Amino acid sequence: MKTKKKRFMTNLITYGVLILLFIVLTIMINNKSISRTLKGQLIPICSWIVMAVSLNLVVGISGELSLGHAGFMGIGAFTGIITSGWLLNGFSMEDPTLRLVLAIIAGGLTAGIAGVLIGIPVLRLRGDYLAIVTLAFGEIIKNVMNCVYVSAEGTTLHWGFLNGNLPGTLLLNGPMGAVKVKTIATFTAGFILVMFSLVVVLNLINSRSGRAIMAARDNRIAAEATGINITKYKMMAFVTAAVLAGMAGALYGLSMATLLPTKFSFNESINVLVFVVLGGIGNIPGSIISATALTILPEKLRFLQNYRMLAYAVLLILVMLLSNNPMVKMLWRKLIPGRKREQSGEEMRA
Amino acid sequence: MVFLSNLVNGISLGSIYAIIALGYTMVYGIAKMLNFAHGDVIMVGAYIVFCATQYWNLSPAVGIPLAMLVCTVLGMTIEKLAYKPLRQATSLAVLITAIGMSYLLQNTALLIWGANPKVFPSPFSMDMIRLFDGQLVIKPETLITIAANIVIMVALTLFINRTRMGKAMRCVSEDRGAAELMGINVNTTISVTFAIGSALAAIAGLLLCSSYPMLQPTTGSMPGIKAFTAAVFGGIGSIPGAMIGGVLLGIIEILGKAYVSTELGDAIVFAVLIIVLLVRPTGLLGKPIREKV
Amino acid sequence: MSETKQKQQTPMVPYPSKSFVPERDLGSMPVLECSHLGIEFGGLKAVDDFSVIMGKTEIGGLIGPNGAGKTTVFNLLTKVYQPTHGTMMLEGRDMGSMTTVDVNKAGIARTFQNIRLFSNMTVEENVRIGLHNQIRCGMFSGILRLPRYWKAEKQQHEKTLELLNIFDMAGMADERAGSLPYGAQRRLEIVRALATNPKLLLLDEPAAGMNPHETEELMENITKIRDQFQIAILLIEHDMSLVMGICEDICVLNFGKIIAKGTPEEIQNNPVVIEAYLGKQKEAKA
Repeated sequence: MKTKKKRFMTNLITYGVLILLFIVLTIMINNKSISRTLKGQLIPICSWIVMAVSLNLVVGISGELSLGHAGFMGIGAFTGIITSGWLLNGFSMEDPTLRLVLAIIAGGLTAGIAGVLIGIPVLRLRGDYLAIVTLAFGEIIKNVMNCVYVSAEGTTLHWGFLNGNLPGTLLLNGPMGAVKVKTIATFTAGFILVMFSLVVVLNLINSRSGRAIMAARDNRIAAEATGINITKYKMMAFVTAAVLAGMAGALYGLSMATLLPTKFSFNESINVLVFVVLGGIGNIPGSIISATALTILPEKLRFLQNYRMLAYAVLLILVMLLSNNPMVKMLWRKLIPGRKREQSGEEMRA
Repeated sequence: MVFLSNLVNGISLGSIYAIIALGYTMVYGIAKMLNFAHGDVIMVGAYIVFCATQYWNLSPAVGIPLAMLVCTVLGMTIEKLAYKPLRQATSLAVLITAIGMSYLLQNTALLIWGANPKVFPSPFSMDMIRLFDGQLVIKPETLITIAANIVIMVALTLFINRTRMGKAMRCVSEDRGAAELMGINVNTTISVTFAIGSALAAIAGLLLCSSYPMLQPTTGSMPGIKAFTAAVFGGIGSIPGAMIGGVLLGIIEILGKAYVSTELGDAIVFAVLIIVLLVRPTGLLGKPIREKV
Repeated sequence: MSETKQKQQTPMVPYPSKSFVPERDLGSMPVLECSHLGIEFGGLKAVDDFSVIMGKTEIGGLIGPNGAGKTTVFNLLTKVYQPTHGTMMLEGRDMGSMTTVDVNKAGIARTFQNIRLFSNMTVEENVRIGLHNQIRCGMFSGILRLPRYWKAEKQQHEKTLELLNIFDMAGMADERAGSLPYGAQRRLEIVRALATNPKLLLLDEPAAGMNPHETEELMENITKIRDQFQIAILLIEHDMSLVMGICEDICVLNFGKIIAKGTPEEIQNNPVVIEAYLGKQKEAKA
């Protein structure tokens, strides 16, 4: 069957290219033939890829606009940092890989629980109202994290809210965030996380549950009349995305020596949304490309110095204008012969 | 007395949010888009007043209208350049473009005026207002803000309901296609909407910085988000809704910061919003979305 | 559709003297029993005092001028609207507390007046959505690609082709649903509804936009579906050749109320029905 085969080939190519890139980059790291900036960006790129892919699951596949996705990343990041610090201090777990794995799992789980708690009220709303509530939750998470203090004293974990006088080693210092974090995140771990999230998302899309999620997106009333529980499937997409975002956050957090809670704000949520839109809504391989390109781009534009972010903004506007210009779209269609244009812009609802 | 003082401050802050929210809600109702750059037009307005009074030595009476003019032109230009070409595109595409425009404004301001916060001198050089035998002291800016809000509210309501352009705006917001068929120039209507919204943004910028004198390129960002929240809170597309939403949001924010916790002020505001939307899913004054089956 | 047992004939609405549930269904529980069903919007009674009984394998028709409330009845039956008056029973089960999803799981499937397909998905995927509750596979089985997933996918694929073959559409399985011609889209909607394994199939203007040849084919297919699947079918239609051709019993609505019920012959000659559609006949007409 045509579509099925095409999808299968696209996914296979995606996996293949990623594996290839990983091998090439690892060789380059070992040979020290990689630039220092790029090397430092590898783990963040992995995190942002997972963020973009998971947000695309919510925005593209489930059709709901989420403006607070960075909140889940933040929860995952700080949970990961706390877990790692606690395991080291309280349980003398010296092995960094084990700590990293446990931290990522903890980050994902916590973010998942948050996803469930947030999803229950949020997914009852529609359209722009749903979007604004996700934004609100994102800001609430950021604000609350700014006030949380956590310390580890042996195997006990102490919590403080608005009060920083805690015994033991301070792991999370309110508005100062996390300091002196042991950066145990590795590029290999990042790559594995990327592959994991791809497998989860692509397999989910190509399954009974995925079809239900897309049906709920395409025509809510028809889906209900065909026996699909809309809330259940919107939750499924939302929580899965939250878990993945949490894991991405844990990876990210454990790659930074210091991390402020304000790092995970509306601006970051919007950034990820830009990745998703530019890569193509519903287009998972596209999200990988755009997340990578747009993380590297600001660095590449360093030569513009002060004009860097301005150039970024102008580029963004131009790309949006061009990709939605009917004449450009016609030209594009002519350039790619024989390929059936399956969706017009209007059809993919946000 | 402390409560009253806080309440007045809350209403004043809420008035600023309301004026900004008006811009959001009008553009949403009529052009069917979320203009994320709106918050940054506020910042531009404030900088123009700042430059006018500090660098070019103009009096505020000239500086303020100048800022309104610049913002109006800016708003209309942004609409013509970036939003009009995307009228047929998905709402998400327009949203991202608006975000890009917001970045553009912020970074341009950064380049022109630098990142260091400027202290904004209040153009209102009056004495403090004392009420209740001096027990309640109110800054003149606070009262002026509230007064400005009331004036704007009245003026705008009259404009929307009594003038031809106002009627055109209402038509376009109901059904753009039908409005066009009835001979209404949709392009002009949308331009006017942006013009009014941007002029209001300039006023909001002035009032914001008069009461909270720190001005930097990111000054418009958070108030913009909060005002957008207020607009949705009141029911997006509804002008009275934007008013009520804005004022309520300001009150909740100040009272929350004063009586619950300063650090959690923002969280409280957003939490209240969420609760309200759960009870009234289309905002306080919003219309329920009806789909024909 | 027969009278509800206790209903008196009111002089205003001449119900036919003879009405029936088809003989083959007499022994079993009626699939649908509506009793004084109604919905009021503000002061307007969009549907009022709707009472019918449908036999298990009956083909019934719901007709009436535009705006009579026919689609509203469908929306009530599928709980898109919650009725403000009356009760509905599906095979004896009270439907009062059911949601739209519950109603479908209990056995009512429908098509829509303005086609509601998942236009960005393929024909096969549309039908597979219909099979969602029939052939199941959990989220984790799907993600981890456990054997359950492969089994369910295979079953769904086979069942899909089987269903599409009713309308000879198996060849289009991989086409994008939105790109199909209008008639094919309508047929696909019916197939998707059938996939949900209903006891009662509600068809909203299935022949809209079809030429006489297609309409005849549709008539054959509807009868074939009823015979093959042994289900009841209620259709809203304006095409009288279809209605009179295959409906065993017809219910006529006007302004939300039933104005007549009966066999096709009875309805065709019912003056109240004729007046509703054509207006009062002038006395001097030859």
